[in-house]
Amino acid sequence: MKTKRSFWENAAFVFLLILAVLYLAPILLVLMNSFKGRFFISDTPFALPNRQTFVGILNYFSGIAKTGFPLAFGYSLFITVFSVGTIVLFTGMTAWCITRVKSRASSIVYYLLIFSMIVPFQMVMFTMSKMANILGLDNPVGIIVLYLGFGAGLSTFIYSGFVKSIPLEIEEAATMDGCNPIQTFFLIVFPILQPVSITVAILNTMWIWNDYLLPYLVIGSSYKTIPIAVQYLQGGYGSRDMGAMMAMLVLAIVPIVIFYLTCQQYIIRGVVSGAVKG
Amino acid sequence: MPTRYYLFFVLPTLIAFVIAFLIPFLLGIYLSFTEFTTVTDSRWAGVSNYVRAFSEDNNFLNALVFTVKFALISVVLINLFAFVFAFTLTRNVRGTNLFRTVFFMPNLIGGIVLGYVWQLLINGVLIRFGVDITYSANYGFWGLVILMNWQQAGYMMIIYIAAIQNVPPELIEAAEMDGANAWQSLRNITIPMVMPAFTICTFLTVTNSFKLFDQNLALTAGAPGRASSMLALDIFTTFYNRNGYEGVGQAKAVIFFVIVAVIVLMQLYLTRRREVES
Repeated sequence: MKTKRSFWENAAFVFLLILAVLYLAPILLVLMNSFKGRFFISDTPFALPNRQTFVGILNYFSGIAKTGFPLAFGYSLFITVFSVGTIVLFTGMTAWCITRVKSRASSIVYYLLIFSMIVPFQMVMFTMSKMANILGLDNPVGIIVLYLGFGAGLSTFIYSGFVKSIPLEIEEAATMDGCNPIQTFFLIVFPILQPVSITVAILNTMWIWNDYLLPYLVIGSSYKTIPIAVQYLQGGYGSRDMGAMMAMLVLAIVPIVIFYLTCQQYIIRGVVSGAVKG
Repeated sequence: MPTRYYLFFVLPTLIAFVIAFLIPFLLGIYLSFTEFTTVTDSRWAGVSNYVRAFSEDNNFLNALVFTVKFALISVVLINLFAFVFAFTLTRNVRGTNLFRTVFFMPNLIGGIVLGYVWQLLINGVLIRFGVDITYSANYGFWGLVILMNWQQAGYMMIIYIAAIQNVPPELIEAAEMDGANAWQSLRNITIPMVMPAFTICTFLTVTNSFKLFDQNLALTAGAPGRASSMLALDIFTTFYNRNGYEGVGQAKAVIFFVIVAVIVLMQLYLTRRREVES
């Protein structure tokens, strides 16, 4: 019995090892090709760089020059950080309030927010970008309002589920001690909500950092985020600089991998609790 | 809670929600019954946009068929791979954490970037046969299937792992005492116990497949012609690549919304019913 089990364990290990190599292969392939001359990529992507095709980090220079990658990185970072912060703060407040105050208004707000979760973005993309133009929200600050509005459904929903599980006595004690609702929320409730806040932050970061269509339609002509910068390289027919493309793909993937490796346990926990509720 | 506090907690989210979602959504439904090029010049057109969505060309119908086929195949393959990964990773194999990290990673990379990563790999193989991924819609289809399996199997795997770990070990032990072999305890205990996770993953895969846009745009952009366009991309193309088709695009978007909404409501119904049973 003992030897049999360890045979299966070894077989499983080898199976997983092969799969893991296959999983990483596409990304390593892009990394390898980012060091090859632009004309040696499309036709022979599987060939290792050699003396003739190796160009060092030249592709990174041309890619950065063409896309303004550092600026795109800055816009992506700015928009993601502030949108996620705004969503965590405001949807946390809203979720607590409409869960605790049982009224007609609360349930209308709640069900409207839930409803928005099932509406695909294409349904509102045209009208939302027109609204953004009219209201002057078509800039990296204004887009935060759009992310709050469009992301409010899922985040409020996740927060509400958790608020219900907090015992009312804690808040009642705070009120007895003279806290007004604002103090109660920020001093007592919001700290208790911290694990959910991390889940909400992770799920929204994954969405907003990688989002292409919303920023493309609303601010894409003046401000390029990373996905827009990558798509921009696609250019017209046949004019694509494959070298620059490979280099920008690598630069787009590196920050995500760093983020993932540092916050991995939170990300995986966030995905599990988000999926079970969503 | 006094009204001024209530407004303090709810208004920021609510205002953003009305601007980013509610008005665009209602306006979108209205505009689908009109002819327009901007929001302000709309003229009532009855249901003609809905008729034109199907009558003028086969693009929308093709996209619908393509999407449904894609969703069906993805559901089966992604869940199969995810379950196999999860099952193997819960067998006390060496390096479990490392493998989990690798398999989950593609989820964090944006669809646009993933599309170009896989375009390089797939075209690199196809060029040996003198074609590329835009040669036939079939290539685009299977390319997308491979890409989405690679991206999403790890996500669903995380959900399955959580479910498998929740199966009480006593149940498996009791079965083994009663003489059940590994296959019997998998078939009769583990699989029935992870059914709720299976429902969640199935619907996540279906909704993700239906809403797929970025990967589709980057991998083939619908080529050849619009033969590999899925619903979301077809709506986008109708809106922004052809003048005079904004109304048709909006009508397609409403139909798209109804399809997605029906799928989600089915999911809610099925999960609720299962909860009552258990």
